[in-house]
Amino acid sequence: MTTRAEATPPPVRPILMKGNEAIAEAAIQAGCDAYFGYPITPQAELLEWMAHRMPELGRVFIQAESEIGAINMGLGAAATGARVLVSSSSPGISLMAEAMSYMAGSELPIVLVNVMRGGPGLGSIGPSQADYFQATKGHGHGDYRVPVLAPSSIAEMVDLVATAFEIAERYRTPTMLLTDGVMGQAMEPVIPIYRTPERTAGGWELTGADGRMPRVVRSIHLQPEAMEGHNRHLQAKYRTIEECEVRWAGERLEDAEIAIVAYGTSARVARTAIERARESGLAAGLFRPITLWPFPSRALASLADRVRAILVVEMSAGQLVEDVRLAVGDRTPVHFHGRTGGIVPTPGEVVEALRRAWSTT
Amino acid sequence: MIDTRRRIYGRPTILADRSTHYCSGCGHGIIHRLVAELLDEMALGPRTIGVASVGCSVFAYDYLDVDFVESPHGRAPAVATGVRRVRPDAFVFTYQGDGDLAAIGTAEIIHAAARGERISVIFVNNGIYGMTGGQMAPTTLLGQRTTSSPTGRESSSTGYPLPITEMLAILPGVSYAARGSIADPGAIGRTKAMLRRAFEIQLSGDGLSIVEILSTCPVGWGMTAAESMEHVAQDVVKIFPLGVMVDRSTAAEH
Repeated sequence: MTTRAEATPPPVRPILMKGNEAIAEAAIQAGCDAYFGYPITPQAELLEWMAHRMPELGRVFIQAESEIGAINMGLGAAATGARVLVSSSSPGISLMAEAMSYMAGSELPIVLVNVMRGGPGLGSIGPSQADYFQATKGHGHGDYRVPVLAPSSIAEMVDLVATAFEIAERYRTPTMLLTDGVMGQAMEPVIPIYRTPERTAGGWELTGADGRMPRVVRSIHLQPEAMEGHNRHLQAKYRTIEECEVRWAGERLEDAEIAIVAYGTSARVARTAIERARESGLAAGLFRPITLWPFPSRALASLADRVRAILVVEMSAGQLVEDVRLAVGDRTPVHFHGRTGGIVPTPGEVVEALRRAWSTT
Repeated sequence: MIDTRRRIYGRPTILADRSTHYCSGCGHGIIHRLVAELLDEMALGPRTIGVASVGCSVFAYDYLDVDFVESPHGRAPAVATGVRRVRPDAFVFTYQGDGDLAAIGTAEIIHAAARGERISVIFVNNGIYGMTGGQMAPTTLLGQRTTSSPTGRESSSTGYPLPITEMLAILPGVSYAARGSIADPGAIGRTKAMLRRAFEIQLSGDGLSIVEILSTCPVGWGMTAAESMEHVAQDVVKIFPLGVMVDRSTAAEH
């Protein structure tokens, strides 16, 4: 693979970047060899950015016939050891579920971006976080997990794209960047800090059996004992990821008596709500999971021992809240505030939810 | 003294030295051998990446000693597209059955063909879903009994056998489309020539090449191995006629 115009140096002054385009450019700067996609709102700008940039760099861009085609092209390219990005939005991710299961089983590194929109079904094109279950509990069939990274700013998006490639390749696993229509569409000033992860040959890539034994990339193990052995291997890998890859951020938690748990766009709304709550004397803080799987359960449990209540804010009918309740147990009450359908909660309604939660303590 | 002995038959190096799991009279063994002979003769083994599909032939990688990636059902042309685009120097082929290519995988094969992907598609048509127990396929002949058309396929409820290779042949991205069979030694030789042409066209840089091969499923058809070969030669070829449908390539023939 040839690359002509190589990585441009990062700007010294902030530039205005749209989330979808920031993801695309970050992937390019991270050394993405091939991109496969299909038009869907609200992630179309990502595809368009790649359509413009990848060919000029001598890299691979294909607008596939469907999301199924796109993700399977990704499977093929990833099987050769190429660094691959595929992106879509909620209904398209559902179509990719089959191949995600195959790639988890075949242990193929690939980065998949979901710019979530309202569902179920064709839903709305408004921003949503209703694919949390899909992303964190498995898209397709079988026992597998996929690391899920959830940025809450465009600068963080840029950073996490590189992290996603690192995790994908370190563990030979599909890895997802989970964001939403607001994050994808919004523009904000950013000094993007691009990273290009090191490449390491794993000894499994399909390159043609020239002077070595043939290699097979596959998920099938028809003998039950062999299939169970493969599952044990995958599960051991997932336990390692749970040990080593948990990421979260805390804001104003030092003196917090109530904590909001939120990610992505919801975390941004929560941040404003926390400021307002503090102005009126309520010491609130933010616990923001950055990896949704592996979930920062231990850190959250330890926080739960220190605060008098937790409020989960999501753009869904209540999905993240289940993982929060599992982590928190009966350490402290867990409250929930969610909006659906493409509606972003306002800081005002989150402050109200904080006050209601506080009044029960 | 001159040694006049020459080797006229042997196991291709690409063909693994083991028995296959295929049923007696199944065509996969013959077709695997043809592929292995050609990869040997054309010295393509070290640069080949095969794409295995779902069905009895998913285990093709157990018998063909080249790099292989397993594809989800029907998606092999998309998987092969991904391989091809990042590995311009590889020799890339898919090996797909009729349930795989002509039913669940129609979108992927049509669009790989429309894009003119530089891949070779080996399409094994035995008119039935063999691995799952002999159900009706899009290519099942009218009147043919299968486990999901127990009184025989009727056009009124299940339509007609799908001539997908003819459909693909009209696309300008398809450089070569042909249909052979494995029903008798002559047909096998002609099928090998079609496969050779398909492979040469990929090497020349032209578009997609596809060879449909009429094959057998004695167990699924409820026939002996000999009867199943006879059935292909006498009956199946009437619905799926043999021959080259299109050769748009400017590559020289050998």
